[in-house]
Amino acid sequence: MDLKDLYQEIILDHGKNPRNLGKFDNYNKDAKGNNPLCGDNVHVYLRLNENKKVEDIAFEGHGCAISMASASIMTDMVRGKEEKEVKEIVTDFLGMIKEKDSLETNILKEDEKTKLMSLSGVKQYPMRVKCATLSWHTLTSALDNSDQIVKTED
Amino acid sequence: MNIDDIKREFPIFDDKIQNNDLVYLDSANSSQKPRVVVDRIYDFYTKEFSNVGRSVHYLAVAATNLYEQTRVSVQKYINAKDKDEIVFTKGATEAINLVANTFGQKYLSEGDEVLLTELEHHSNYVPWHFLRKAKNIKIEFAEINDDGEVTLEAIEKKITNKTKIISVSHLSNVTGAILPIKEIIQLAHSKNIPVLIDGCQGAPHLKLDMQDIDCDFYAISGHKMYGPTGIGILYAKKKWLEDLPPYQGGGGMINEVKKEGITYGELPNKYEAGTMATAQVIAFNESIKFMEKIGIQNIEKHEKELLDYGLEKLRKNNSVNIIGNPKEKGGVISFTIEGVHPHDIATILDEDGVAIRAGHHCCQILHDKLNLPATARASFGVYNTKDDIDKLDDAINKCKKIFNL
Repeated sequence: MDLKDLYQEIILDHGKNPRNLGKFDNYNKDAKGNNPLCGDNVHVYLRLNENKKVEDIAFEGHGCAISMASASIMTDMVRGKEEKEVKEIVTDFLGMIKEKDSLETNILKEDEKTKLMSLSGVKQYPMRVKCATLSWHTLTSALDNSDQIVKTED
Repeated sequence: MNIDDIKREFPIFDDKIQNNDLVYLDSANSSQKPRVVVDRIYDFYTKEFSNVGRSVHYLAVAATNLYEQTRVSVQKYINAKDKDEIVFTKGATEAINLVANTFGQKYLSEGDEVLLTELEHHSNYVPWHFLRKAKNIKIEFAEINDDGEVTLEAIEKKITNKTKIISVSHLSNVTGAILPIKEIIQLAHSKNIPVLIDGCQGAPHLKLDMQDIDCDFYAISGHKMYGPTGIGILYAKKKWLEDLPPYQGGGGMINEVKKEGITYGELPNKYEAGTMATAQVIAFNESIKFMEKIGIQNIEKHEKELLDYGLEKLRKNNSVNIIGNPKEKGGVISFTIEGVHPHDIATILDEDGVAIRAGHHCCQILHDKLNLPATARASFGVYNTKDDIDKLDDAINKCKKIFNL
């Protein structure tokens, strides 16, 4: 295990200065997620246009560097993508965090994949995996219009 | 007392953990176990095992005697009047649930109030919340002050003529505040209100004397007292155990079972339904003996020295913010570091073998009040040394470095 894998510069940067933090007015989908074990929470807001494209996305919440960085990078990455592309990215990301060595989707450019792979360090820290995945599960919940608050304890 | 000798009695410190010497600062969560306790479990299962209180064969009688010996040891250790005032449970959580459930059944009805404090662990809130749902009772919370203490005055302020029971911590697992429980009990009794003390953090670190403090109920966690998991103690005055209904039904707690009716067993069997955590109860006797051998006064003195040293050291460390400043404080230091989330602190400290806890420590009400989602917490046991605190401080500095602070 190496802390440098976990706390890469990009994570520290996004953790400290999360992009897309806050809420915007004309969102049409949102969902909340929380991690009962540590009290972290996130609220994802997004606007899907008539072509099912993510016009805008933001999040509110608090948590550790990993969870904030993950939400920050995620929101950056899915803006402008179509709903089904977003879902493919989410599935690919969660698969990578869970078991796969790399990202397979063709939707993301190589530099975007590199950015996302900066979160792969959590794989060595099983207790921290949920920090990285909470916002992604919450994004899925928002897209599916689920009223259920996402919890990481399942 | 020689801490190095004491530490050697704990096998967990024999080997490296992830290539580090273990700096275990999570005893408020659960303490490590001395060899005598671990060996006792092994010996009981390999040489002496039988169920207790039922059969008449040799092993059953011997096991029953061992089991009852722990009851007497606990009685003496906490200076209870009678051994029947000691009920074994699966933990302090079950002990509190037992009281909330049975006292609630018999004595609480709509509009009645249960008085807790803002620093209670979830296990001394959720069981009462069940009653709020089931019986429409009210729960009041005595407030903490800026130092993270609950004073006698704060309790007094919330007592009304509807208050039917007061249930408070002995020692806060977050701020470390030691509550003035004797005074709280005196005040409550002057108004005919019984008091439950959640002694999870009190019992491992403070001298206990049930007859002196005169509480009605006292809940103890075995695994925080150098004992096995799966064992807790409910101390309750005999009059309550005789008066309240049974908690769980099953074998062992009955007197006579007929199709038309059932009568319940005598104390303490009335509250010990089913096969209990026999090996753990028997091994817990070794935990008591272990603590008696060192002496609770010596444990208190040692942990106070560690606390003073730790507070001084961490206060000098810029960007460390210590939560609460109680005048009477046990061996718990909760803290935050400006710019680093407690979970990141815990992960980074762990890399150097420094085991702490991060989160809300099952005290969300308190963290809401402090307006903090989470804190990091270092808590002490008898095996900790000043060197452990130095390593904590070093690891905190490493943490700051990683986060460019």
